[in-house]
Amino acid sequence: MDGAYRRREARPLPIRAGVGLKPEHYGAILDEAPDIGWFEVHAENYMGAGGPPHRYLGAIRDRYPLSLHGVGLSIGSARPLDRDHLKRLKLLNERYQPGLFSEHLAWSTHEVFFNDLLPVPYNADSLQCVADHIDEVQETVGRQMLLENPSTYLAFSESTMSEIEFLKEIVRRTGCGLLLDVNNVHVSATNQQSDAIAYLDAFPVEHVGEIHLAGYAPEDDGKGAPLLIDAHDRPIDAMVWSLYEHALRRAGPVPTLVEWDNDVPAWPVLFAEAQRADAVLAGFATAGRRRHAAAG
Amino acid sequence: MRPLGEVQAAFAAALRNPAIGPPAGVVGPDAGPAPRRFAVYRNNVSVSLANALASAFPVVGRIVGAEFFQAMARTYVVAEPPRSPVLLDYGATFADFIASFAPAASLPYLADVARIERAWREAYHAADAVPLGPADFARIGEAEIPRLTLKLHPSARILRSPYPARTIWTMNAIDGVIEPVDLSLAEDSLIGRPEAEVEVRAVPPGGADFIDALFAGAPLGQSAAAGLAAAREFDIAANLAGLIGAGLVIDLSIAEGGALQ
Repeated sequence: MDGAYRRREARPLPIRAGVGLKPEHYGAILDEAPDIGWFEVHAENYMGAGGPPHRYLGAIRDRYPLSLHGVGLSIGSARPLDRDHLKRLKLLNERYQPGLFSEHLAWSTHEVFFNDLLPVPYNADSLQCVADHIDEVQETVGRQMLLENPSTYLAFSESTMSEIEFLKEIVRRTGCGLLLDVNNVHVSATNQQSDAIAYLDAFPVEHVGEIHLAGYAPEDDGKGAPLLIDAHDRPIDAMVWSLYEHALRRAGPVPTLVEWDNDVPAWPVLFAEAQRADAVLAGFATAGRRRHAAAG
Repeated sequence: MRPLGEVQAAFAAALRNPAIGPPAGVVGPDAGPAPRRFAVYRNNVSVSLANALASAFPVVGRIVGAEFFQAMARTYVVAEPPRSPVLLDYGATFADFIASFAPAASLPYLADVARIERAWREAYHAADAVPLGPADFARIGEAEIPRLTLKLHPSARILRSPYPARTIWTMNAIDGVIEPVDLSLAEDSLIGRPEAEVEVRAVPPGGADFIDALFAGAPLGQSAAAGLAAAREFDIAANLAGLIGAGLVIDLSIAEGGALQ
């Protein structure tokens, strides 16, 4: 049995590629002990009291560094954070001592839980709300969190500032770090008909502690324009690999996650995507790191 | 400028009720209305929650087929959306919903199969505990046995059904073999996860009443009486051995006399 209250030492993420940990791969990972930098889990999948998920996660955490990624805190909600959920996140952080802890610039609860990362208008009102919530998270959990840029499919006429301006101000007010999801950059830029390169060039890369890569599903908006869906159900697109290199040229090498949450492939396929990201990272290893903040 | 709470209340209302249409202030890159774009979020909510149910109730899904399951699940998602971001807990009322879902009325056992799956999932995520073995009972004096109270494993669940729910669940599990089944045969099941694997066992006549009495904290003698009252052929020795053998007894004490040792 996993020693639930055995004290683990915090273990920072190496500057390598990791993958999202899926139950389908528990056996292969423990049997094959693959040479991979780290794993990331969705916190909500480990909020049961006990059972196999904690046994496997404990065994894998004892062998690899871990990143804890929340998908349900609803930081962008105008309503108060769910204190019980915050407490569950704090307990998971204490139990597994992840190298990084992250959540999204999004909301997902309004009376009911929508199980999706819903968009936030960018203005003074939402800025105050998100900053207050991040302060509360960091105080409660007792550590810095990283905030992830979202995939968006629409915009709000209420927005008065850009996403980049919003993120910069959040970092300034709260001292949080950033999780740069390069697939989300491509998805949002395509959907908003803006320039992904310009977005990356303006991104405050000195605060980026982690990068995400994933596959998207191409659709259209019914008016003849492409509409990309952040589906996490296929390999990373060539354009996203290219933007990833652009991001690394600015940020220097950063721990990078390959996300594949739907139509999960066999372990060797996912591992190969991580090895490809590792190879890209290795090309930037000698360039040195220009970033300063956001280390666990 | 509307406050954030107002924007989100309108967004949430439109997510939950397609008849409302996209909320005001939601625009595409041309600054015009964006119904197709808003529909992505509505679709994500519906599909992701229905898929969460599909992964929690795989046997129900195999019995009714994917298309029927999706339609049933999406109806449930609208009627009873989750209140917590911990989706491991979502679907506690799905079996009751199935029981009242008219299109599934021709499968009267379906709700009980769903109850087994729900108990399976609860057992999977329940707190861990170390089972007692036969040796732990060897030092109990015969006279003390009726006064013995047993603490059962946190994963243990009883499911009573007027249908052969466990047999149907077993036949429709992965690798199950479908055979004709007599729907008039009632079956009670004991679901538990003493170690890593969830087990679903048949409970002999009277066993469900016996175990429910143990759950309620009744001592062994009183619990056996409950089993006997339910079924004349109730066999206390076989039922107790079955429970211990299943690894679902985690502690024992002597009623009135305080804790053992």
